[in-house]
Amino acid sequence: MMNLPGEKHLLLRHHDHSHGHGHGHGHDHGREDVFETTAGGGRRIKVVRRVLDANDVTAARNRELFAAGNVFVLNMMSSPGSGKTTTLQKTLARLMPDVRAAVIVGDICTTNDADRLAASGAPVVQINTDQFGGDCHLAAHVIEKALDGIDLEAIDLLIVENIGNLVCPAEFDIGEDKRVVVLSVTEGEDKPAKYPLMFRVCDATLLNKTDLLPYLDYDLAEVEKTIAGIKPGMPVFKISAKTEDGFDAWIDWLRDQVRDKVGK
Amino acid sequence: MHEMGIALEVIRIAGQSIPPELEGAQIAKINLKVGKLAAVVADSLRFCFEVASKGTPAEGARLVIEEIPVQLRCRGCGRTWTAQEPVFVCQDCRSTEVKMISGRELDIDTIELVDGENDDEPSG
Repeated sequence: MMNLPGEKHLLLRHHDHSHGHGHGHGHDHGREDVFETTAGGGRRIKVVRRVLDANDVTAARNRELFAAGNVFVLNMMSSPGSGKTTTLQKTLARLMPDVRAAVIVGDICTTNDADRLAASGAPVVQINTDQFGGDCHLAAHVIEKALDGIDLEAIDLLIVENIGNLVCPAEFDIGEDKRVVVLSVTEGEDKPAKYPLMFRVCDATLLNKTDLLPYLDYDLAEVEKTIAGIKPGMPVFKISAKTEDGFDAWIDWLRDQVRDKVGK
Repeated sequence: MHEMGIALEVIRIAGQSIPPELEGAQIAKINLKVGKLAAVVADSLRFCFEVASKGTPAEGARLVIEEIPVQLRCRGCGRTWTAQEPVFVCQDCRSTEVKMISGRELDIDTIELVDGENDDEPSG
């Protein structure tokens, strides 16, 4: 898989710190001494660029807009069916109107979630990713487009309800301030171990549907231990979106986050 | 899961990386570095790449994927290790202040152009 024996290996490597000048070429691909002739006679060109560069650039642009509008942005991710929308409905009901919130909700199709959330009175922008190729995540450019429908000056908090998926959304920065993952106790205890990146990149976990615990053989301690191994110190809020059990701690945490950035 | 999107970006960036003086050149090989935590399925990526590269300078190019292990460093005691499972706790000093040094890469390292005369190097 690596370079073939005998092949010239003249190019600076990305993480090669033995060359003091290794990072001197800037982020863009300078055209000087970028290509070499390989043993096979072909020309090799140094690229050293992140494949998702374009997304990160757009995310940075979004982040600037959010800073200018003084808006705290929460990226809410989860597997499908974890109760994200209900959690969000109840969360909005508790925060509004003193925290002025808006929601961007992503789904591969249907507007069911948006219809449910609109009842809260918060402005809701629905994104159906089939218009963008049936994507498995919300990318930064999709959020940028959705911002056309939201007056950032009029809100303090923007919650992005991402596509139900524990894999891809973890990879895509959308310009958010914090990320939370919603997991429910009706899913396997090993979900965090199966999708470690998601838990690693998040700032809090909401463990939902705890009202069902009496009916399940769910090892709560094991899940907490797994999460603590992946992201030590991350708060895990045990909640029931149905009964609103455990919501106080979660809402307090969220209010603190908003206050830290927005000042109210 | 979003391998098609990744393939399209790889094709775009690789195409942009051909210096203007070599315009019209075809790409023989794209060397990628993919971290173990990057959630990229190599077979899907190759499949999408093959489909999406048709009619581009990357058509027919070989994707060489170097998998980068998850390397961690303890901020407490300085120990560096390769994680085999997703536990971000130092096994020596139990510190939870662990930095991920590698494992999330999704980088195009280099591309190699078809030389016209001699491009029959063995595949690896």
